[in-house]
This record gives sequence, structure tokens and C-alpha cells, in this order.
Amino acid sequence: MGHGFSTLLYKEVLRFWKVGSQTVAAPVLTALLYLLIFSHVLEGHVKVHGVIYTAFLIPGLVMMSVLQNAFANSSSSLIQSKVTGNIVFVLLPPISYLEFFAAYVLASVVRGFVVGAGVLLATFWFAPLTFAEPWWILIFALMGGAILGSLGVIAGIWADKFDQLAAFQNFLIMPLTFLSGVFYSINSLPPFWQEVSHWNPVFYMIDGFRHGFFGVSDASPWLSLSVVGSCLAVLTLFTLNLLKRGYKLRA
Amino acid sequence: MSAAIRIQQVSKCFGSTQALDAIDLEVRPGEFFGLLGPNGAGKTTLISALAGLVRADFGKLSVMGHDVQADYREARRHLGVVPQELVFDPFFTVRESLKIQSGYFGIRDNDSWIDEILENLGLTSKANANMRMLSGGMKRRVLVAQALVHRPPVIVLDEPTAGVDVELRQTLWHFIRRLNEAGHTIVLTTHYLEEAENLCTRIAMLKAGRVVALDTTANLLRRFSVHTLRLRTRQAIPPELTHGAAENGGWWSLPFDRFDEVEPLLAKIRAAGCVIDDLEIGKPDLEEVFVRVMQGQAN
Repeated sequence: MGHGFSTLLYKEVLRFWKVGSQTVAAPVLTALLYLLIFSHVLEGHVKVHGVIYTAFLIPGLVMMSVLQNAFANSSSSLIQSKVTGNIVFVLLPPISYLEFFAAYVLASVVRGFVVGAGVLLATFWFAPLTFAEPWWILIFALMGGAILGSLGVIAGIWADKFDQLAAFQNFLIMPLTFLSGVFYSINSLPPFWQEVSHWNPVFYMIDGFRHGFFGVSDASPWLSLSVVGSCLAVLTLFTLNLLKRGYKLRA
Repeated sequence: MSAAIRIQQVSKCFGSTQALDAIDLEVRPGEFFGLLGPNGAGKTTLISALAGLVRADFGKLSVMGHDVQADYREARRHLGVVPQELVFDPFFTVRESLKIQSGYFGIRDNDSWIDEILENLGLTSKANANMRMLSGGMKRRVLVAQALVHRPPVIVLDEPTAGVDVELRQTLWHFIRRLNEAGHTIVLTTHYLEEAENLCTRIAMLKAGRVVALDTTANLLRRFSVHTLRLRTRQAIPPELTHGAAENGGWWSLPFDRFDEVEPLLAKIRAAGCVIDDLEIGKPDLEEVFVRVMQGQAN
């Protein structure tokens, strides 16, 4: 990876940092509101894996924020660049498709981490949190952010208009993240929906991430790691192939 | 010495539209080369293929001997492109945009060259202004600056003066001429044929994806255009003197090849009893050449 890669990464991070009120503060506030409302309604009524509900909810909200913001970063940057035409500034220099991919995905991971850390800081006052196996926290945040960052690259390249990107976000990313066990344990679901949840890769990202806090989870963290790792490998190869072919970027 | 740009049998289709049709073209190092043609002739597609924004269906393109596909990194390092569209990144200032663009080309400390470009393009006072705050002309200058951050030996300007004021044109051409004198190869597309005539030493004309004329500017002017004697007379000019001439709004345009033909021509007109009210001599111009070539009168 050369200086072109590090410059593109720097530019992508600087881009979201310059509009931090939209890209960092707003999602932190949204997560905080979720916590206040759900914990107000359910606190004292529900315990999951022996953990009080608010404490159970916090890692889910942190990871959901990591994932949604990782997706938002690469997808919105690319669609804006395509629509305004300034994508040529990245296409004219000698930047390889591998560097292009790595810079956009890594910047997405950085945005996910910054927002996730913000959500954690804003919410951990509300319930006692433990960090039982912290390496799982890091691994799943990194891999989950990279998967959604990669999906963001695909969506940003595929979409020609903002409403196509919104459809991708509203009909794929939002249902996958909301129906992944952020707000509940899938063990509390009827058997059919438990089965359905097991086909949602985001469930494994959230479950593995939460395992790092409490040391307990719906699925084994090793199973989650293998599912999430496989998804990342497949998506990486798929996205690299799109970029190598110049799909919708180089006619 | 190898060509600055070599285009060999390049073809490109978009659906059923043949944008480029077996183009062969070579631009020599240090040339100021004009690429002319009506809208849709394929100029921008050809430039895009050279820059790697479009992939040719057939043929080969190289910049300073580097194939634009197989050796794309070196080809792009040697090429600076000023795009036709007025594009900018609204998140950054002028200086940030130029530093980022330098970084994309692998250049870390480029401040002194950036300062020089800013100075030469009259952008120094706007260096720390956000791109959104700039006028159209200023944004155009930044586009030129962005194409030059890596000191490319080959510079392609795709209609750089479309819709910009006289001051920018003069600043821009002064700077580009200096770069050309310093050894940079310049390729220019423009609809302002007077600019091309004044600046370019060689010109290619494109029509429907094909090269329909390729020669030095001087040769094109000589081949397709002539001097004209333009006259307004009180009486009608005798028909035997108006062979090959055209009349428009009381003005007669009489073609001639050499200046020593003028005096005998005027003498004949006076001898026929015509009083000349007004007179001017028109030089050959590229516009006439362009019209003739596009009408298919090229030979």
C-alpha cells in the first residue's frame, strides 16, 4: 500500500470528521434515545443471560451504530462523488483497485469505531458493564465494520441516484441490523424466527460482540467468528472483483 | 524519441453508438496539439480512454511509452487531465484539495510547487477558501491546478475555457504556454477555434469517432482556407471578376492566393467603373477549415 492509499484513507476520514455533527454526534444521540426509551419500558421486567436489560442493550446499540455508520460512510461518500462527478479525482491518479477498496473500507471502520466509542461513552453510565473477553469486542467490531464498509462500497458503486442507495439502506441494511438481536436475545423468539435469525449474518456480529462484554451469548463466539469471517472473505472478493472490472466506474 | 501519446487502432462502442472508430494518432513530445471536432465527435471519449476512465474495446493507448492498461500507474503519473465538467469536492479548501491530489500521486511534500501553481493561476488569495465559496471561473482554475500537482509531462485540457471570462483565458494560456516552452506536451480540445489556431502547432479533427484531418495548423490553413479581398462597391462588380466570389449584405468576398494578385484585381474593378466604398483583407482562419473539413471537403 502506497502513499496514494494513505492519502485516500486520510481524505475519507477528514471528510466525515469535517461534518462530525451529522456523522458522529447525530448517530450517538439516536442510540442514546433508543437506550432511554427501551430501558425505561423494559428495565426491571427483563433479564437476558442473567444480565439486566439496559446492560444487555448497550453492546447491541454500540455494534448497531458501528455497522450502520460503517455502511453510511463508504456508500454516501461514493454516491456523492459519483453524482457530483468529483470521483474523477480518485480515478485519474495511479491508485490500484486494492488500495481504493482498502482506503474506503478502512475509513468506514474508523467512522464505525468513532461512533461506537461515542455511543459507549454516552451510555455506559446507565448500567454496570463488564468487559469479560475484550478481544472479541475488537475482532467483531473490526470485522463487522469492514463487512458493512464493503457493502457500502458495493451500494455506492451500484446506485446511480440517492434514492437507489436509500432503498439499499432501508430494505436491506436496516432490517438486517434491527432483526439481529440488538434489542433482544433470539432465544426469546418463537422457533421459526430463531431459525430465520440464524440466517442473518448481522446476528453473529452482534452476538459475538456482546460475548466480549458478558462472556455469554446465544451462539458460540467461534461459530460467530467463522460465519462473520466467511462473509467478510466473500464480500471482499466480490467487491474487489467489481472494482477490478471497473464496474460503473470505468466505462 | 518515443511519442508522448500513441493511439493505435482504438475503437469504443457505447451500445449501438460507435464513439471511436479505429483511431490512429501520435502526439510528439513538446507539441501543442489540438483535438477539434463537433459535439459528440469522440474527443472526450478519446481523452477518457487515455486517462483510463474508459476502456477501449480494441486498440492500444500509451502515454510516454507506458500502456494505459498494462502499465497504468506509470501512464497516469505522466498524464495530467483537466476534465471538461466543472467538478469539485465541497468538503475541502483549495489548498487541501491540491495536497490531497498530490498525495494520490504519491507526493508528500509538495507545498512549494502548489504555491507556484496557485500564484501562476491567480489563486493565492483563495488558497484557504472552501471550494463551495469559489466562482465558476475560480473552480476552473483549481481544476487546472489539480491536473498539474504531479508535474505531468503530458497535459490534456478538455475544453478548459468553456464559459470562462477573458482574464482567466489569458492567465491560463500564459501559464500553459510557459509549461509548453518548458517541455510539457499539451493536448487541447476547444470549440474556440481562434484559440486553437493561435496555440496549436498541429491539429487533428474528429468527426463521428474518426480522424478526418491531421496536419500542422499552417498546412491545414493553407490547404483548406484562402485569403479573401472583401469589398463594398457603389456599383455592381462585373460578373467576369466575381468568379468564385460570394456576396453577402452588399459585401463581396473575392478569394486570392498571393498578395501580388490584389493590386491587379483592384485595378480591374476600378477600370470597370466601380467606386470602392470599403475594403478589408481577410486572412485564412481555422473556422473556415473546420467547416470545410466537417462538410467532407477534406482531401
